[in-house]
Amino acid sequence: MRNDYLDFEEPIAALEKKIQDLQSSKESDKNNLSEEISKLNNSIIKLTEQIYNNLDIWQCVQVARHPQRPHLLDFVEKICSNFDELHGDRHYGDDRALLGGLATIGDHRLVLIGHEKGRTTEDKINRNFGMSQPEGYRKAARLMKLAERFSLPVVTLVDTPGAYPGIDSEERGQSEAIANNLGLMSSLKTPILVNIIGEGGSGGALAIAVGDHVTMMEYATYSVASPEACASIVWRDVEKASEAAEAMQMNAESILKLNLIDEVIDEPLGGAHRNPDQAALLLKKSIIKNLENLKSQSISALLDTRYKRLMSYGNK
Amino acid sequence: MANWFDKILPSFIKKETAKKSSVPEGLWQACSACSTILYVPELEANLYVCTKCDHHIRIGARKRLDLFLDTGNQTEIAADKRAIDWLKFKDTKRYKDRLVEAEKKSEEQEALVVIQGSLLKLPLVAAAFEFRFMGGSMGSVVGQKFVEGVDHALKNQLPFVCFSTSGGARMQESLISLYQMAKTSAVLQKLKKEGLPYVSIMIDPIYGGVAASLAMLGDINMAEPNALVGFTGPRVIEQTLKVKLPEGFQRSEFLLEHGAIDIIVHRKDLKETVHRLLLNLLDKTLAQ
Ligand SMILES: [Zn+2]
Repeated sequence: MRNDYLDFEEPIAALEKKIQDLQSSKESDKNNLSEEISKLNNSIIKLTEQIYNNLDIWQCVQVARHPQRPHLLDFVEKICSNFDELHGDRHYGDDRALLGGLATIGDHRLVLIGHEKGRTTEDKINRNFGMSQPEGYRKAARLMKLAERFSLPVVTLVDTPGAYPGIDSEERGQSEAIANNLGLMSSLKTPILVNIIGEGGSGGALAIAVGDHVTMMEYATYSVASPEACASIVWRDVEKASEAAEAMQMNAESILKLNLIDEVIDEPLGGAHRNPDQAALLLKKSIIKNLENLKSQSISALLDTRYKRLMSYGNK
Repeated sequence: MANWFDKILPSFIKKETAKKSSVPEGLWQACSACSTILYVPELEANLYVCTKCDHHIRIGARKRLDLFLDTGNQTEIAADKRAIDWLKFKDTKRYKDRLVEAEKKSEEQEALVVIQGSLLKLPLVAAAFEFRFMGGSMGSVVGQKFVEGVDHALKNQLPFVCFSTSGGARMQESLISLYQMAKTSAVLQKLKKEGLPYVSIMIDPIYGGVAASLAMLGDINMAEPNALVGFTGPRVIEQTLKVKLPEGFQRSEFLLEHGAIDIIVHRKDLKETVHRLLLNLLDKTLAQ
């Protein structure tokens, strides 16, 4: 039995427990069990649908942050036929929260860039929980220019709580590193496909999220600040994070309605972590479809549209 | 500090420091750094730099542009834009109500003022953030006004100067606000391609989304002395990492030392410095 239920999934957990109890009951009682178990399984599906069709935004935040949610490297393994990671910003170091490299997805050779939060405790610490330092953004910029020179599309997978808040990050120019990427991506002469796969946290996310087509996975989030940061800035009370999540409308469905992204990619029932293979397949299909579309357009048309879209945001 | 200022202080500046509540209205103002009570007409003549401790006192956007630009021949750009409550955002107050309050407090309609004018006869477009309007935060109107200012510079082949002072993105506009970082950075790319200079002048304080976009993207990045500029605010860093921050952290002098800015300029030298640098970048005939 899974042991990673979120609070609002408790009713599902209860049903799964029932199935488990039945399965471990005595051999002699098992006559009518299979029918009962399949009934319970149907109930679980219905209940999961019911819960997930009515997630509030704070619950969505929890799914986006779920410890078992597939990360960049899980997707790389599942959707890339090859991936050669390329390291370093050529100036200072190699950020482990923001990775990039040459990849193939379907028939498409491309430059893949994304955040990796890490899985084990040690790995998470090593990767600053997916929060990049300036070197990460500068490595991303270097790889984007590489993509431009070799006419490779850039695909980004965004999953970060935000940029790393550290003394050393500030010393080495966190602001400049992010700002530079924004300018670069607005005029990079190659297609850029952006996918928010988990948390799209503030400037740290945007620094690899300016592009021609922006998708969000169904339970991903994207906002100007984390709900906790917003709560502490605006409410002056970090306990108001759930209210902040609602107020910022940081879930994919709301953001699509606001016309700030282009597409929402469906996730398996109960979220990507319930079926990472299926989640990866859905993401892969979307990436291939979007790359075909973007590659069919001339670079000058792409750049023109990209720029006009950027200018349209918040201009009424 | 060895107080040579004391010796040159005019007698009408009271030397005793005082609490804000006891500051007389109108003609007198307390320095926000050393609390010395300063005589406003003299403070104004000194460009709102404290005559006692040299602190660069915060001034409004319009005042700043007034001091910077030549008098006359000024045209305000995108003057009448007002914020839109895209998300019907409500925290302890409604965003709409906060906007009304901000307008009252700052006497501005939004947190950015953009004016076409001239600096010592050199025509240019200059923008300034109004910190009293919701902490100079960048919502959609700030982004749009910035873009229209740069577009105006592009159309008329003029240099662009921006005085930034801002707490960052405006939470109440969430993602729309975040996107203004990309939007303003994109329009600056156009300026670069046209060979028109952009001078970014950093004023205490700048954080978050404004630091990580238009403020850091100057062809020349300059800062007033002792300004706080960074991505993450010091309180958040201290709380997250449980560390004590080094002396002078994120101050202009720290930025200069770490290579983030070109030059620190005292307010009294600002006009001449910007003018000189622009002339050095540009064809001098533009100055006529
Ligand atoms: Zn003073």
